Amino acid sequence: MPKWMPRMTDARLIPRDRSAHPVPRDPDYKTSVARSPNLPLLSMPSTLTEETGPVFGHGLIGALDNNLILNFSQGAAPAIGERILLHGRVMDENARPVPNTLVEIWQANAGGRYRHVKDTYFAPLDPNFGGCGRTLTDENGQYQFLTIRPGAYPWPNRGNDWRPMHVHYSIFGQGFGQRLITQCYFEGDPLIDRCPIVATIKDRSQIDRLVAPLDMARAKPMDFLAYKFDIVLRGRRQTMFENRPEGM
Amino acid sequence: MVQKLDTLTETPSQTAGPYVHIGCIPSFAGVEGVYPEDLGLRAVEQGAKGETITITGSVHDGTGWTLRDAMLESWQADAVGLYPGQDGADPKVNGFCRFAADKDSGEFTLQTIKPGAVPGPDGTWQAPHIALWIVARGINTGLQTRIYFEDEDNSADPLLARIEQRPRVETLIAKKTGDGQYRFDIRLQGDGETVFLDI
Repeated sequence: MPKWMPRMTDARLIPRDRSAHPVPRDPDYKTSVARSPNLPLLSMPSTLTEETGPVFGHGLIGALDNNLILNFSQGAAPAIGERILLHGRVMDENARPVPNTLVEIWQANAGGRYRHVKDTYFAPLDPNFGGCGRTLTDENGQYQFLTIRPGAYPWPNRGNDWRPMHVHYSIFGQGFGQRLITQCYFEGDPLIDRCPIVATIKDRSQIDRLVAPLDMARAKPMDFLAYKFDIVLRGRRQTMFENRPEGM
Repeated sequence: MVQKLDTLTETPSQTAGPYVHIGCIPSFAGVEGVYPEDLGLRAVEQGAKGETITITGSVHDGTGWTLRDAMLESWQADAVGLYPGQDGADPKVNGFCRFAADKDSGEFTLQTIKPGAVPGPDGTWQAPHIALWIVARGINTGLQTRIYFEDEDNSADPLLARIEQRPRVETLIAKKTGDGQYRFDIRLQGDGETVFLDI
């Protein structure tokens, strides 16, 4: 049995506004120079291929999947670090919630080290931290993770580049054309304005969209702080004056 | 001044980075035990109808170097052209698959069934194809493209018809290398640059 259940869509996706996104090629983010297409993208209205997509059921999600403090040890021992609740809402461009959609996150540990065969930074691994989590949004598009605040870390780019504290996000939406991967940064981190990956986004107001504010209303006294990170996916064009057979 | 729209702007993309596997294919990163198994391991289950096929390939940068850290996702219809969720779709076809470039060779492999043609805009039919989404360090917004097949009739496909420079159509067509075997190489930049989509 597949672990995801089907869902149909019935309207074209709103074309992506590329000015809201990073430039593909930015010499200050060196790896992008040889990995970005030279030629223009081929633009076309979405088809059934992009308007449909995998849908994942609640059976997929384990009880600890959205608790990165405990999910690597399966509850045996907590990860080291500043305990935080990372929560928010997934909406579309029409300001409608995106319910029951899969949100996956991954991050470095409190010392800025990833549990990945390719990460050789000498900050130590935390034996109780894996660094991944996942959850489904509820009927209002809300999600939450309990995790630790990731550390900043150096990376080979220019002479002395450091990534700001960040959590990677992967969001599905309801059609394959809505697929998005992004990163969540934290209010007040002075490294945000020095990061060449952040700076691939040329619209300052769009950078601000990636910075999660401290949210004391959701913090739990004597337990964890909270940060809010809302996400907007591509929407579907409204079709009041355009009838077409479902799925066409 | 004008009235304010009540629409929102899409959240900007950021690169998936070199450690994307931790979140998306944890076992590849060496993270075991958080989930029972990685998501999207199989495009199809045993017993899916249609021709079983294997597509291998790799992702090359503008210098010709093969990426070792790319992650790919695919989405496709079943053998008669129905997507999971449509009435009558083959329940053994998941449609979605995730796979990584090998960390030593850069080769990727997708095992699936060949999809059927699916409806396109304005009464057209799209030739059998598999949608691909490619993310990696250095790719700031995930790249969309498609795999078509050289042994299918692609002549009336509405997407391929939009490609002005006709030789570039070939960049979206998997080459048959044997019975049920196809090769599909992706070139991010430069000679033979793959057609990427804004769709």
